[in-house]
Amino acid sequence: MSARLLVTQPGPQTTVQDLGRVGAQAYGVPVCGALDMVALRLANALVGNEPGAAALECRLIGPAFTVEGGPVRLALAGAEATIQVTCEVARGDETRSYPAWRAIDVPEGAGVRIGTLRGSGAAVLAVAGGFDVPVVLNSRATDLKGGFGGLGGRALTAGDRLPVGTGAPEGPCLELPRPPSLAFDGMLRVVPGPQDDAFTQDGLATFLGSTYRVSREADRMGIRLEGAPLAFHTSADITSDGIATGAIQVPGSGLPIVLLADHQTVGGYAKIATVISADLPRAGRLTPGAELRFRAVSVTEAEEARRALEREIAALVASLTPVRAAAEIDLAALYATNLISGVVTACDPE
Amino acid sequence: MVATPSPDQNRLGRLARFLGVGDTAFAIEFGTGIDPVLNARVHRAAALIREATFPGVVETVPSFRSLLVHYDPLATGAAALQEAMAGLDLGEAVVSAPERVWVIPTLYGGEAGPDLDEVARATGLSPAEVVARHADTLFRVYVQGFLPGFAYLGVLPPELELPRLTTPRVRVPAGSVAIAQRMSGVYPVESPGGWRLIGNTPLRFFDHAMTPPTLFAPGDGVRFRPVEAGEHAAIRAAVARGDYAPEQEAGR
Repeated sequence: MSARLLVTQPGPQTTVQDLGRVGAQAYGVPVCGALDMVALRLANALVGNEPGAAALECRLIGPAFTVEGGPVRLALAGAEATIQVTCEVARGDETRSYPAWRAIDVPEGAGVRIGTLRGSGAAVLAVAGGFDVPVVLNSRATDLKGGFGGLGGRALTAGDRLPVGTGAPEGPCLELPRPPSLAFDGMLRVVPGPQDDAFTQDGLATFLGSTYRVSREADRMGIRLEGAPLAFHTSADITSDGIATGAIQVPGSGLPIVLLADHQTVGGYAKIATVISADLPRAGRLTPGAELRFRAVSVTEAEEARRALEREIAALVASLTPVRAAAEIDLAALYATNLISGVVTACDPE
Repeated sequence: MVATPSPDQNRLGRLARFLGVGDTAFAIEFGTGIDPVLNARVHRAAALIREATFPGVVETVPSFRSLLVHYDPLATGAAALQEAMAGLDLGEAVVSAPERVWVIPTLYGGEAGPDLDEVARATGLSPAEVVARHADTLFRVYVQGFLPGFAYLGVLPPELELPRLTTPRVRVPAGSVAIAQRMSGVYPVESPGGWRLIGNTPLRFFDHAMTPPTLFAPGDGVRFRPVEAGEHAAIRAAVARGDYAPEQEAGR
């Protein structure tokens, strides 16, 4: 029997995402995928999935749902949040709270509520087995603008039933003993180009020398920045060309827009620089009001930074260990569970 | 006496420059404008790169005058790929007649094309003349993109050349036939948009379940055929039933 999540509260924008839809950009199909690939990979590792299994991306506030049709193992990564699991027990409902960065076994019938995200605007909730939505053009990622992929090509709404893939979790629940720091140092590294020559020397100096602020217009397509406008040597308009995730395009207003996962495949505004792939997860975590600066690096430095990030992710995955006894669980529950293996199921019968 | 071409004058490295696009892509730029020869080189380069299967290349995105190469920086590096690609022989740039020409039934003006009268006023033509010039043009698919199934069709007769709208529309209906600068296009889905809307077609241009997912391919010819409201409605109904086969004219 395969489990499902019955969505009771969807959260502001919860979508099914994976590592993205590659191979169809030449047809105008955007890549999409999780804004924070590190969070996706860690959440999947915590529940024993492949790195690119389809998971839920939560924005600002997580969803609430009921588990139907069987138990699920789940984990939230990429933000701090309180995960409340409510089960019916003999004496009434009982709620336990869990942190992010660990797997939780949730029995059939339990309610789960993920609260406000802290430290990032984009966390990932993975379930063991992944979400079993149809593969469209090689990916399960939701394309919100195209209206396909994920669950019906849209964000979750109350009443949705999300099928969980088969593959029962084995072994103890894992946790990440030292989660990566979400503190943002305010710096995104960029490779200048491909149209840095559309700007004046002053424009380039302004771009690399001033502080920008994330505006309210920030979504999965991109982040509009507020701050000093950039002066053009030529103009904002170019003959449309291809766009990579992280490209910083500058329309006539002179204010940069950092393009994220759902960006269009080609565009006609000059692109002053591209955020390096190692810093894209950090860009994906930004919320309105955040301040940031840009620092130029070479392609070679950017490629090395990416390899360094991959080594970091590999080390984090290698550090996963069985969950230690959680402080919030009462003693009776603790004694009823196997502390050595760390098998702690939410709402074990007392 | 005709000089023998030097063996490397058609090498990619001689015809294009490489531009940095972060650490997961780079652009191969053949020029700056909209030009059928440049566009033919872009598509030729895309085909050669696909055939050569360079390790680490993820996909390529052709546009008017530039090819974006996406790569996996964990499998390769920009420098090594660019060195290898610079040696590709693109041959002589040939812009041949399209192999197939799609015929797009289009209801012009009225609610279907709310900007037709304004385009006529701005160009000093009558609405009927605008329609005739648009429908008499054999367009080519230069680029697909910005939206799934949107094709940049070039080139528009110079007398129809107008800038984009100063204030883009928040919602452009699916099927809107539009013009901007030297290009025409059809919005495949409802979308925001700044092009001027002169008509509407009931055809579908993108289906994620098809392989490939778009009706058009690069280099295809496209012609718009004016239809009346009755035929537009009949074709729309047939498309909805799934029994409308888009018309083609014989190509070369």
